[in-house]
Amino acid sequence: MSTPLASSPKGGSGNGPGECPASGLRIQFSEVEKRYGMRLALRGVSLEIAAGECVALVGHNGSGKTTLLKIAAQLTQPSRGKIAFFSKENGVPLDEVKSRVGMVGHHTLLYEEMTAEENLIFFAKLFGLADPAEKARQALQPVGLTGRATDLVRTFSRGMRQRLSIARALIASPGLLLFDEAGTGLDPEGQQWLGATIQQLHDSGCTIMMSTHGRNETQSAVTRAIRLDGGKITHDSGAGGNPSEVLVMSAVRDSGEGGES
Amino acid sequence: MTLARATGVILAKELRTEFRSRELLGTTIVFVLIVIVLFSFTFNPTSTESRRFGPGLLWLAFLFAGSLMLQSSFLREQTNDTLAALRLAPIDPFSILAGKMAANFLFLLLVEVIMLPAFAVFYNVAIIPVLPQLLLVLSLGTIGIAATGTVFSAVAAQARLRELLLPLLLLPVLGPVLISSTEATIGVLSDPSEFPRVWLTFLTCFDVVFLTAAWMVGEYLLEE
Repeated sequence: MSTPLASSPKGGSGNGPGECPASGLRIQFSEVEKRYGMRLALRGVSLEIAAGECVALVGHNGSGKTTLLKIAAQLTQPSRGKIAFFSKENGVPLDEVKSRVGMVGHHTLLYEEMTAEENLIFFAKLFGLADPAEKARQALQPVGLTGRATDLVRTFSRGMRQRLSIARALIASPGLLLFDEAGTGLDPEGQQWLGATIQQLHDSGCTIMMSTHGRNETQSAVTRAIRLDGGKITHDSGAGGNPSEVLVMSAVRDSGEGGES
Repeated sequence: MTLARATGVILAKELRTEFRSRELLGTTIVFVLIVIVLFSFTFNPTSTESRRFGPGLLWLAFLFAGSLMLQSSFLREQTNDTLAALRLAPIDPFSILAGKMAANFLFLLLVEVIMLPAFAVFYNVAIIPVLPQLLLVLSLGTIGIAATGTVFSAVAAQARLRELLLPLLLLPVLGPVLISSTEATIGVLSDPSEFPRVWLTFLTCFDVVFLTAAWMVGEYLLEE
């Protein structure tokens, strides 16, 4: 297991791979509703996440965590309501948001029949980055995969795939990072590495939203916890509040009800 | 990033992954070859008869080969949810469709060009004198198959009965393309001096209309 990403000072001007820009994005959800056919996945969610916060979304399967993250990533549009992004005090136009968002999911979002380096070069090109090959090499180094750069992704273990997935998400130095159950399937050591990596990204100024199950090592950097039930926010520790209460309560409640949470 | 550049990046990725695995090309070439060889035994392959039946059989084989190839165009993106990774990139959503259309067009055209000599041998048809005209017909017909097939592959990939849905959607829409491609091929093989303008114009119109429609609705096609 490699060491966590090379840290960069909070508020620093780090713009290289594995770092966040000087400031994370602030996000504002206003009465966001999402409908899939007859099913209402989100019911009027209003939420403001400050730049640099590390927010954990907890709740049962189907509670709306992933939908909220997908809306933040611009992968899907709300059926009603609005979402707005701000960098410092300036609004970020929605068509520019994608270039400032990175997402790590339960799925790796990687091509198995391509090598680690080819995957990163491909995504660097799609993000319009200058010198994609150099960017890919730089992105592989902090996740400890330089030695496996030319190996096909299908030969990688789950942990290595997830590390590469993080390198992919960070290649364009995003101001907002979204982790959708990124720790699922990782062994305790892998979860610990992921937690330390999230901590370092948070320290470098990134805004982070993550959906998680129960209590685990990936939650060490969390500064705010929000519980969703049936598409609604039922508990929010608030900015500057104590996220542990919501995390512990959710872990107990969800395990007690036999759900995966 | 411009539409053309993003399309080029996605096309290069499609070509790289396919030529590395040769999964689709290998299967499709074998399939078309079997159809051509089997049908050559069903009737006397004299030149006159071949010119009447050959083009129909050829395009039927290309159609089935196309649906075989197109089925996996978006299904492959579901393995690791890589379609989401493409949609996370700051690119025009149509470039995802356009890159895949271009790749499917090139794969199908390659299969067709490889199969032409087999067709010429088994059906006793002289294709060398009419090769430029034949390639034009193949190109226009293949653009139609690749464009419609890629769009419907994107739609079908998100449905439950996806393997069943693609042929159900594709075959009726491709009827006009098949008819005009077959008629144009018959025209080229029967009388090389007579250029099948009507059918080629129809094919061009179909391609332009369908590509424009795909460009207009591309963003909605790829959303969940």
